[in-house]
Amino acid sequence: MKTDTLTDFKVEPKTRELIKLAHGSGGQLTRDLIENFIKPKFGNRILDRLEDAAVLFLSENLLAFSTDSYVVRPIFFPGGDIGKLAVCGTINDLAVVGAKPVGISCSFILEEGFPLSALNKIIDSMQKMAVQTGCEVVTGDTKVVEKGAADQIFINTAGIGVVRTKSPLSVEQIQAEDQIIITGSLGDHASSIFVARQNLPISSSLVSDCAPLYELLEPLWSLGSKIRFMRDPTRGGIAATLNEIVRGKEFGLELWEDSLPVRPEVKGVCELMGFDPLHLANEGKALIVVAPEAVEMVLGILRQHSLGKQASLIGKIVNSPTRLVYIKTSLGTRRILDLPVGDPLPRIC
Amino acid sequence: MCLGVPAKVLKIDGEWAWVDVSRVHLKINIALVEDMKPGDYVIVHAGFAIQKLSPEEGESTLELFKQIAESEQR
Amino acid sequence: MNQQEEKIKALIYCVKCLCGRLKENINFMEVCGTHTVAIHRAGIKQILCRKTRLISGPGCPVCVTPNELVDKAVWYALQPKTVVATFGDMFKVPGSDSSLAEAQVKGGRVQLVYSPLEAVSLAERHPDHKIIFLGIGFETTAPLIAYAVLSARQANLHNFMVLSGHKTVPEALEKIASNPLLNLHGLILPGHVSCIIGRKPYDFLARQYGIPGVISGFEPVEILESLCLLFKQIMEGRCQIEVQYRRAVPEEGNLQALGLMQEVFAKKDSEWRGLGVIPNSGLTMKEKYSDWDADVVFPAQIDRPRQHRGCICGSVITGLKEPEECSLFGNSCSPEHPVGPCMVSSEGTCGTHFLYQLRGDFNED
Repeated sequence: MKTDTLTDFKVEPKTRELIKLAHGSGGQLTRDLIENFIKPKFGNRILDRLEDAAVLFLSENLLAFSTDSYVVRPIFFPGGDIGKLAVCGTINDLAVVGAKPVGISCSFILEEGFPLSALNKIIDSMQKMAVQTGCEVVTGDTKVVEKGAADQIFINTAGIGVVRTKSPLSVEQIQAEDQIIITGSLGDHASSIFVARQNLPISSSLVSDCAPLYELLEPLWSLGSKIRFMRDPTRGGIAATLNEIVRGKEFGLELWEDSLPVRPEVKGVCELMGFDPLHLANEGKALIVVAPEAVEMVLGILRQHSLGKQASLIGKIVNSPTRLVYIKTSLGTRRILDLPVGDPLPRIC
Repeated sequence: MCLGVPAKVLKIDGEWAWVDVSRVHLKINIALVEDMKPGDYVIVHAGFAIQKLSPEEGESTLELFKQIAESEQR
Repeated sequence: MNQQEEKIKALIYCVKCLCGRLKENINFMEVCGTHTVAIHRAGIKQILCRKTRLISGPGCPVCVTPNELVDKAVWYALQPKTVVATFGDMFKVPGSDSSLAEAQVKGGRVQLVYSPLEAVSLAERHPDHKIIFLGIGFETTAPLIAYAVLSARQANLHNFMVLSGHKTVPEALEKIASNPLLNLHGLILPGHVSCIIGRKPYDFLARQYGIPGVISGFEPVEILESLCLLFKQIMEGRCQIEVQYRRAVPEEGNLQALGLMQEVFAKKDSEWRGLGVIPNSGLTMKEKYSDWDADVVFPAQIDRPRQHRGCICGSVITGLKEPEECSLFGNSCSPEHPVGPCMVSSEGTCGTHFLYQLRGDFNED
């Protein structure tokens, strides 16, 4: 096939296997990539207009807006891929502030030489999430950089949602004696990624918990101000998220070691590598701070959903010590749970 | 100074064995420990078995506790 | 209450009883860094009474590694066609100027491994690169590195080398036991080192220095039991080396592993941060394996190693000072930007104090 002039060149998905720099140039190849690859997958009446910004009809409610970039390695892992992670990540950031996601943008930065078949799989995965959650990809962008200037694929997503909760979900609502609930087991995502990334002879049933949380959390909003605050504990695990909650505040947080749900497989990887499950990222879990009288109802609601079967009460807000997260151990003693420093490194000591 | 994890031997293949640590299966080198068979327990350190675990002994803790509790009462 | 909970309750009761009966203050030391972490994670010091001081000892290979080894590793990482393979523990440890993590940022090649055999595989797959394995750890780990060297020899791989920083425990214990400033009444001895060396090498502590010891496992229950056994010895006027970790520590240890270690390594004098040079406490590769000894085949060209001013890791490791007595602790030295190895290592006394105690009053009341 002739390749010397752009005007002659037609992208045919069957014969072209790799991303070329020209795919990001804004010319014919870019158009072809969008027409033949991206539009057929994400296609909806807003995206199909291919305008610079997506114009969405919204009521007068509060809007939530969130963005994130995704650089996970490996890009395909048990339980998902970088695309699924990107869509779920943004949907979840909106869900934990009480917003129904309305639309997301998706920008790809692709490395020259990246296989189109891989891009295909990733886009399929993203669209599957979009359909499942009713949150479409309404706008986007694609750039291509020279080989070596990026590592395969980076994705940025930004999402808009309409806030549905009547009372705000924020740290300011938290009071002493409020209770802490986690919607499921800890550390699944990071430990499955670690096993997938290393070239170690390990096999396990570990999969990432990557999942969209809107449907799980939405029924809680009817409880109004009894739900004080929610957050999804991604990088740094619940240790990072809980420490963010207490930072600069006049309260502290007590966790109960015996109540923390950790799957045996995650415990196994942590014991072998010297990791702490509380420092490991989750991608399909939410931490919820609730009024004490609402705990049973919240647990009941969560456990009815497939993503919330292991929802557990794991701690409470305390008057003192302030600005600290500590764990009450199974011995009845206490230790501080601090922010993790950097990514967990496998150790032998 | 040393992370060592108890693991159950599942399958042996020459100088290697597949072991189970809390439902995670890991292939380790067993050159440092002799006479191993499936069902044995070992301590795993940095990808090697470093010692066989002998079967659980009787209730030494409770025995200790009894001794101390009795001496408290005297 | 299940069996495990009953056991814990019983042991806590034992520890409190026995502690309560002490007539004078006593000092115990846990030697092994993994014990230091386990003790802090379980809050065991909160169960002990004021009369018992539990000191963290020098059994953290990262903490006792002098700057020179890190400086050499950093130099190797920055050489062309050279990769430093290391356990994750050493990645962020600062040397005189830099760490392996910083070297990587500057383009140095560092590969984190779980097992030393991964480094041998790396050498097999990249015959045009030198793979320098950073050998740290005590008798638990040295036999594994010995096996890796023998594997490399068998495969005729000459691009795999070991930079040996291995050390042995009993000699360091002698140095500690003979320090009059420490006044130790008991030792919690390392469980996994003992899997290899057995119980006997510690007998001299009881016989010559009158210090009893218990070889302990790592679960909170096991550490509590070991403390009870130590208290009982004191009460009963005994002085012995006992084994709590009976399931994993036979009397003679692991002769196979010891044999491998002795085949490849010879003892040499070794510098321990904070303890100085201890005779016969380090492992160097024997001459017949010098082809796999990085110091022989590819010696690093480094400047004279420097210590950081104000860093008192040495005194902290030996229990002479607490981390909080260091002027750098929590200021210029923290887990995010460590000055000394005690802060970097997850088992380092300073790192543990920072994480588990600094901002709370959870220990001795």
